Amino acid sequence: MYDMKALYQAQSVSDAVALRQTHPEAHIIAGGSDVLVQMREGKRAGVELISIYGLDELRGVSLEEDGTIRIGSLTSFSHITRDPIIQQYINVLGEAVDQVGGPQIRNIGTIGGNTCNGVTSADSASTLHAYDAIVELTGPDGVRRQPISEFYIRAGKVDIREGELQTAILIPKESYADTFGHYIKYAMRNAMDIATLGTSVNVRLSADKKTVERVRVAFGVAGPVPLRAKTAEALAAGKPVSMELTEAFSQAVKEDINPRDSWRAAKDFRLHIAVESARRAFIESVKLAGGEL
Amino acid sequence: MSKSVGKSVTRVDAYEKAAGRAKYMDDLCDRSALVAKICHSTIAHGYVKSIDVTAAEAVPGVVRVLTCFDVPQIPFPTAGHPWSTDPHHQDVADRLLLNRHIRYYGDEVAVVIAEDEVSAAQGIRALRVEYEELPFVLDVQKAMEDGAPQLHGKYPHNILAHTDIRRGDYEAARKEPGLIKVEGWYDTPTVQHCHIENHGCFAYEEAGRVVVVTSTQIPHIIRRVVGQALGIPWGKVRIVKPYIGGGFGNKQDALYEPLCAWCSTQVGGRLVKLECSREETFVSNRVRHAIRTHIISYVRPDGTLVARKFEAFSNQGAYASHGHGIVAKGMGAFPQLYPCDNLECDSWTVFTNRPSAGAMRGYGIPQAMFAGESHIDDICKAIGMTPLAFRRKNLMPVGYVDGFSKNELYTDTFNQCMEKGMAAIDYCRKFEEYQNQTGPVRKGIGLAVFWYNTAVWPISLESSSCRMVLNQDGSLQFQTGETEIGQGCDTAYSQMVADAVGVPLSDVHVVSTQDTDVTPFGTGAYASRQTYIGGFSIMQTAVALRERILNIAHEQTRMPVGNLDLVDGQIVHKSDGRVLKSLGDLATESLYSLEHSQHITAETTAQIKSNAYSFGCSFAEVEVDIPMCKVKLLNIINVHDCGTLINPALAEAQVHGGMSMAIGYGLSEELKFDEKTGKPLNNNLLDYKLSTFMDHPALQAAFVENPEPTSPYGTKALGEPPACSPAPAIRNAILQATGVAIDCCPITPHVLYRQFKEAGLIKD
Repeated sequence: MYDMKALYQAQSVSDAVALRQTHPEAHIIAGGSDVLVQMREGKRAGVELISIYGLDELRGVSLEEDGTIRIGSLTSFSHITRDPIIQQYINVLGEAVDQVGGPQIRNIGTIGGNTCNGVTSADSASTLHAYDAIVELTGPDGVRRQPISEFYIRAGKVDIREGELQTAILIPKESYADTFGHYIKYAMRNAMDIATLGTSVNVRLSADKKTVERVRVAFGVAGPVPLRAKTAEALAAGKPVSMELTEAFSQAVKEDINPRDSWRAAKDFRLHIAVESARRAFIESVKLAGGEL
Repeated sequence: MSKSVGKSVTRVDAYEKAAGRAKYMDDLCDRSALVAKICHSTIAHGYVKSIDVTAAEAVPGVVRVLTCFDVPQIPFPTAGHPWSTDPHHQDVADRLLLNRHIRYYGDEVAVVIAEDEVSAAQGIRALRVEYEELPFVLDVQKAMEDGAPQLHGKYPHNILAHTDIRRGDYEAARKEPGLIKVEGWYDTPTVQHCHIENHGCFAYEEAGRVVVVTSTQIPHIIRRVVGQALGIPWGKVRIVKPYIGGGFGNKQDALYEPLCAWCSTQVGGRLVKLECSREETFVSNRVRHAIRTHIISYVRPDGTLVARKFEAFSNQGAYASHGHGIVAKGMGAFPQLYPCDNLECDSWTVFTNRPSAGAMRGYGIPQAMFAGESHIDDICKAIGMTPLAFRRKNLMPVGYVDGFSKNELYTDTFNQCMEKGMAAIDYCRKFEEYQNQTGPVRKGIGLAVFWYNTAVWPISLESSSCRMVLNQDGSLQFQTGETEIGQGCDTAYSQMVADAVGVPLSDVHVVSTQDTDVTPFGTGAYASRQTYIGGFSIMQTAVALRERILNIAHEQTRMPVGNLDLVDGQIVHKSDGRVLKSLGDLATESLYSLEHSQHITAETTAQIKSNAYSFGCSFAEVEVDIPMCKVKLLNIINVHDCGTLINPALAEAQVHGGMSMAIGYGLSEELKFDEKTGKPLNNNLLDYKLSTFMDHPALQAAFVENPEPTSPYGTKALGEPPACSPAPAIRNAILQATGVAIDCCPITPHVLYRQFKEAGLIKD
């Protein structure tokens, strides 16, 4: 039994936008695996809900004409993992979201919910940051697109404005083409856990596989919101693939991350794991890209 | 005769449970029930100054708000021990239904009774509680210091109890020249049982009595405690125990049955349901005692134990519950497992402002084995002896008799179990292979044994009662006071009954539900006692029932009783095995006889004045990823000598469950508290890291079957023993892999990071 004031079921995206305007206090609910838990805890007791779960137009992965990968916000984690477009171009995202909770959560949980929560530990978030994803929001004035790094404002707060809802996550072709990535979820157990640290790396190697053309690395739980370690990225760009580079790259991630001390994990421990994870994810990405280490 | 005992027959409740038809507390509760929710304190220590209930009472749907200012001032004990008629042996009565004196963060201060869950929750949120805060203490040794916050008036320095064991002359013996001193402090955590069904109950009044249907392991004990708490005669209380979704000792305590019963009496006897959330279960039910153990051993270079000191500090938390019994049991194992002539052992049970600790699978032995078996490997490292050789030399020898319990080790159980485990896991080869490794990822293999004894005699009463009632068709119902809590005792008992009476298993119907109005007296599921203890009353009652049946067979057939037998549901002529009539025909005739109608039943009580050792061991193989501070459990096996197996498949399942629990204990589980507020930090299944099957390798269980001579079925404890030795085996495997001796569990990545850094294995 949930302490819910009202539930409005949206019939279409435009209907959802209209409901958002009519009921500005209402919370959006998709799969419900976060919202319902919070209601049960009393945190959102007595709220009005707008359910967008029935909007099939927001489900699925597609390739746009310019090569952009479009992931509808209601696409479930298990769908993403099994989607052929994801598997072909950005498999690391499918692997990352396959580590969310357990099978039931992955069937009900959506990538839109995962990002709109604004939590740093979201398993999709670091990979989306590492691929410079674009968040698509639809509101009364139409569609607004925003880089994911700007979408996250602070812990638990994302940039969704009055009347808006998130409708898709977009990955530009320039971002994913010829890249190979690896995600390491560091958690206290192998299932049903949140990340103590999430590390997502992807690399683009030169044609001869000897040089790192571009590398990107993003972390979850290394700060209040997911973040990139750009010093390490800049350090490795254009350098020959080597173990020395791997070490330098992984040590450099410490320049940009700022994990905190909490009862869940100490700062020095998280920093240590961040360096080790960056090292391992870099090596794995280089190998996936055909490089040798 | 088809023998049932010893076969892996299908659980008698398998279909009902798999099909979702088995009825648990909530399935049985009428939908008209009022819902009670508890308001828990948000301070760790202090007093409730006032509670403003105005807003809560105004919430639509709220029926009644009751606070700590309303409850009867009758302190009552909660521990699920048999009652003692000797006041000196009674459990500590330190509980009230709701408390003005708050002793832990989560203490019960008020209850809201409402038409539904949502209104009850709204009512709770609308309560305004004003507290007077006092300093609090969470650490067991800090609680013993001068000037520490006092939790209970009668216990200076918060010491609930202290006991000791002295043997020989420790001080003199340790002066022997050439001895090697090995010393360690070992810490075990506060953990929770995490049974799948949270505790809950419902209560109503009927004909001047209060009825409570509850998820408990101990219905007859709950009846007594509800009577005591409400100040009413025990006969005015009726407790019904349906199927329950696990207990592991948490439900071997009066949890919210007294409060729920009282709530019903405060709303005119209406049906009131009180169910714990998982968050409440973690904090406001019971937990396992966190125990800090200090061990010093003086050892000769050849591995002879000369003098040993043992000190244990048991964190009781806020209320006495099972109290000192837990650490006392652990300490009791110390002189027995590795006999030594010169000993000084002391243990203290100390109140702190943590959740109350009670019974939990193993009852002090998992803590004692983590400390004791870790320490043995520390000795081995110090003197350069292998863990196997040291144990072979020093473990309790065959023929050992404990003076107090009169338990005897009849067979070479330890060596037999270790041999079996070693062969299965390829111990010797791996032990050699994993010596002196280098590199970031290393493997190790560890061994730990455990001591356990079955049942509670001679510390407490051991008795069991059984009733058997024959039906017209020759099938029968039987009942005992011992409870099915998921472990499978209904099935094991059915097998025992079938063989002892002489009927096919299909003709045996267990009455699974205990109802204190009709179920024979028995104290319930704890101390791994039920298969052992229940066996006595089942055998004795079966003998009595057979005697009645054969007397009636004599009446009906004119054959002398001495020449009659009941085999497989048939009355047979002993001399030639000829079937005279079926038991069904006999029963039908007996019931409907116009000359001598008889209903055929038997009911007896068996008091048991024995107890049995139940020993075994664990082997664990690990891979330690040093830079990642992670332990991967590659292989684990438990070997048990629990006597003759009644049902091998159920025995194996029991071992798997205990191993899973112990893996979490060793590697991941710990209830944490905020040092600044005393607030529990991770009282949910996300943040409390119960291990999942993704964290386990295939769990292996093996058995050595030495029939227990004191049991009519040759059986002894298996419920708790599986949880006793895996954690130190894992710890010892990590020690072999890395050379780092971790002296606390759970051995989490956080712990490994600090220890590896200290050992120079990690450099940042």
